Amino acid sequence: MIRFKVNGKDRTFDGDPDMPLLWYLRDVAQLTGTKFGCGMSLCGACTVHQNGAAIRSCVTPMKEVGGAEITTIEGIAPMHPVQQAWMEIRVPQCGYCQTGQIMQAIALLKENKNPSDQDIDVAMSGNICRCGTYQRIRAAIHEAVKHQAAKETA
Amino acid sequence: MNLIENVSRRTGPHVSRRGFLQTALASGAFVLSVRFVRQPLFAAEGEAAPAFDPSLWMSIAADGTVTIVAHRSEMGCGSRTALPLIVADELDADWSKVKIDQAIGDPKYGEQDTDGSHSVRSNFDLMRRVGATGRAMLISAAATQWGVPQEKCSTEPHFVVHGATGRKLGYGELAAAAAKLPVPTAENLPLKKRPEWRYIGKESNSLFDLREIVTGQAIFGMDAAMPGMVFASVEHPPVLGQKIKSYDDKAALRVVGVQKTLTIDTFKPPHQFQPLGGVAVIADNTWAAFQGRKSLKIEWGGSPHSVYNSAPFRKTLEATSRQPGKVVRNVGDVDAAFRQSGKSGGTIVEAEFYTPHLAHVSMEPPVAVAEYRDGKVLAWAPTQNPQAVQETIAAVLGIKKEDVICHVTLLGGGFGRKSKPDQVAEAAVLSKQLGKPVKVVWSREDDIHFDFFHSVAAMYMRAAIGSDGKPTAWLQRTVYPPINSTFDASAKYADDEMGLGWNNLPFDIPNHRAENGPADYHVRIGWLRSVANIYHAFAIHSFADELAHNAKRDSVEYLLDLIGPPRIVKLDLTGDEAEDAKTFPLDTARLRRVVEVAAEKSGWGKKPRGKGRALGIAAHRSFLTYVATVVEVEVDNRGQVHIPNVWTAVDAGTIVSPDNVRNQFEGAAVFGTSLALFGEITATNGVIDQSNFNNFQIARMNRAPRHVDVTIVESEAPPAGVGEPGVPPFAPALCNAIFAATGRRVRELPLSKTKLA
Repeated sequence: MIRFKVNGKDRTFDGDPDMPLLWYLRDVAQLTGTKFGCGMSLCGACTVHQNGAAIRSCVTPMKEVGGAEITTIEGIAPMHPVQQAWMEIRVPQCGYCQTGQIMQAIALLKENKNPSDQDIDVAMSGNICRCGTYQRIRAAIHEAVKHQAAKETA
Repeated sequence: MNLIENVSRRTGPHVSRRGFLQTALASGAFVLSVRFVRQPLFAAEGEAAPAFDPSLWMSIAADGTVTIVAHRSEMGCGSRTALPLIVADELDADWSKVKIDQAIGDPKYGEQDTDGSHSVRSNFDLMRRVGATGRAMLISAAATQWGVPQEKCSTEPHFVVHGATGRKLGYGELAAAAAKLPVPTAENLPLKKRPEWRYIGKESNSLFDLREIVTGQAIFGMDAAMPGMVFASVEHPPVLGQKIKSYDDKAALRVVGVQKTLTIDTFKPPHQFQPLGGVAVIADNTWAAFQGRKSLKIEWGGSPHSVYNSAPFRKTLEATSRQPGKVVRNVGDVDAAFRQSGKSGGTIVEAEFYTPHLAHVSMEPPVAVAEYRDGKVLAWAPTQNPQAVQETIAAVLGIKKEDVICHVTLLGGGFGRKSKPDQVAEAAVLSKQLGKPVKVVWSREDDIHFDFFHSVAAMYMRAAIGSDGKPTAWLQRTVYPPINSTFDASAKYADDEMGLGWNNLPFDIPNHRAENGPADYHVRIGWLRSVANIYHAFAIHSFADELAHNAKRDSVEYLLDLIGPPRIVKLDLTGDEAEDAKTFPLDTARLRRVVEVAAEKSGWGKKPRGKGRALGIAAHRSFLTYVATVVEVEVDNRGQVHIPNVWTAVDAGTIVSPDNVRNQFEGAAVFGTSLALFGEITATNGVIDQSNFNNFQIARMNRAPRHVDVTIVESEAPPAGVGEPGVPPFAPALCNAIFAATGRRVRELPLSKTKLA
């Protein structure tokens, strides 16, 4: 029996310990905001947080999440400054990859309060957007920095 | 149990059409129901056009909620938002009180295939009429209630106003009375004047589903569910057309969570949108189904397509491209002009271009949920074409298409792949065998191996150059397995695709001939964002730039010379293309304008660019939209290509949502970067070599253009396409920039095939 938390709630799992967290979240917990894109940690659509750090849930087996605190997009209280910036810059086209992009961006801003373009490139290049919204993602991350700063001084 | 009621609450946002109408009626809603005028926009082949029926499209509840039906799919281009915005504008509705109801597949909505960049173009007038009809009836109801002439009443968002007395009535208050009034005819319907538009063309427009998308609440096909459903993953025949000889599922059945295996018959040619066939693993969850597949042992039969090897196939295409083909446009006498040039010692320039297959790789792989029950099918799918879902499932299962109900979720990208509903048919076939709802999930490997591929193409170009450096003759020949082969296994010519940048060269050249040579298919061929325009634009605009350099001319000046003076280009078109040309003639003034704007924005010829940096330009009209793109490239000393800047100028006629249009063209530059830098699908003995994002790469943030500047050229022309036309000019503009920077002419894609250092 694997015990862990998802979005603050206690969970247990006694199925195939090799099942990736992605499929637990989607098919078992029915938290479908986390997306399947490649299954090989190549696209970032499945990005969630494990103890606050961004991970690819499609290659994280359940046996590795014992005792962990998992946060999915559903566990981010709207509107997070990153989500707010995503709306203001009107980033999405189809939107499928965007929850993964947002989870990656939130993790980046936790570590780096004011990332440069270069920092953003390094942090975000694991997340593919086939619609090609990268320019807006970069702009939205810079915008989120401003929102976050405003929130902290408020 | 009624199939409609048997929908999980997880699919909640997508209330069934029938349920919606019943709710609307029960609440005393404004449901217009008079059928009267034939709607000529919907003259579909062989079918009577549906009547104009505003209640199909819109209702107003007593609380003022306006519900507008979106009958086109949302795959990221904004159609689901744009069409309701047009209705809301003419209705003079408050957008915050608008809800959108996604239509099921049904011919009563007319054509629903969200492709060809024509959702706004083909529905602009109809959507305006729907909104204006509602507004006229609300005004009429208010005028009657107040006992004043209608002409003295006007509207402000969600209210009818009597100016003289300042009286106001809300749309919700008027709905019940308005619903009882006669529906005005189109002739008597006042439409807003352009300056009165509240939403059309406004910067404030954003996607209807924006909030749901950024909070993870949006429902894509991957997220659809039905109670009691099982999960399926299908091992398809590796080569198109193979059948199962035998299979052993013992090991698969031992995998935790696997329930059973089932077979799906291989299609009978032509393959159309039928399932490919194979062995399906049915399981408790997606992961178990994927795992079970790895343990299947299958022996496959033979296929004529196992001869497919990309390297020799390329040679065949190229050899064909050097032979005369079917003439698809002829101006003047190309042969005489070449002979004349030979006699007078003129220059002849020849060049050959090659582009490989591409895969769509929308971020959401193909997926669908379907339930078969009592001879009927209920499906939820991320489909560009819900009526094709109905037709395909009906044909495969031998039921009536009216008995297939297809709900449309949001699409996690489509790019043309999701016009083909083979995976939805798989879910229906499996559900019929199992007696319960089935969710079919394709892996990324399935998606890439079993795509309807963008075609591989070879182009041959030949020009005779006059003393002024301009061509006196221009011959172009294109050869590629046609999309027609998906519908007719004997098709070798790309007849219907010639309008995609081949039979409409907009250049001022006295002698011109365009030809198309025959090619066989060995994989499924399909539409991919901007389709044949991709390779046609690559050949034409690379060749044009080559001629500019040969003539020692500036590329922009030379391009403007080639386009020639402002005029309507005479084209020899038939069918839909001829019909389109009446409203959308090929106007070189508009093409010149986008070239001039893009060149000016880029500072063309004005700024020094530095070592290894240069600009390139290409201008291409597709989907009736004029686009010019300037790409700035930097080639480093390792031969790596960087793209600091892109400037695109667009004349798409009337625009609904400018910010979304910019987003589409920004994205098109990235799409163009992916195909130019990396895009290549190859086959070995009929089996596709690529499998995931490691070997079929998509531009990531660090390789995408750093900055894309999109200028929308103001136009009051009818609306044209925006989803696709940004793609075609990108690759030639990039390769023209690479030539300017390095002196190396790129004649094949992807760029990884050409050494640049």
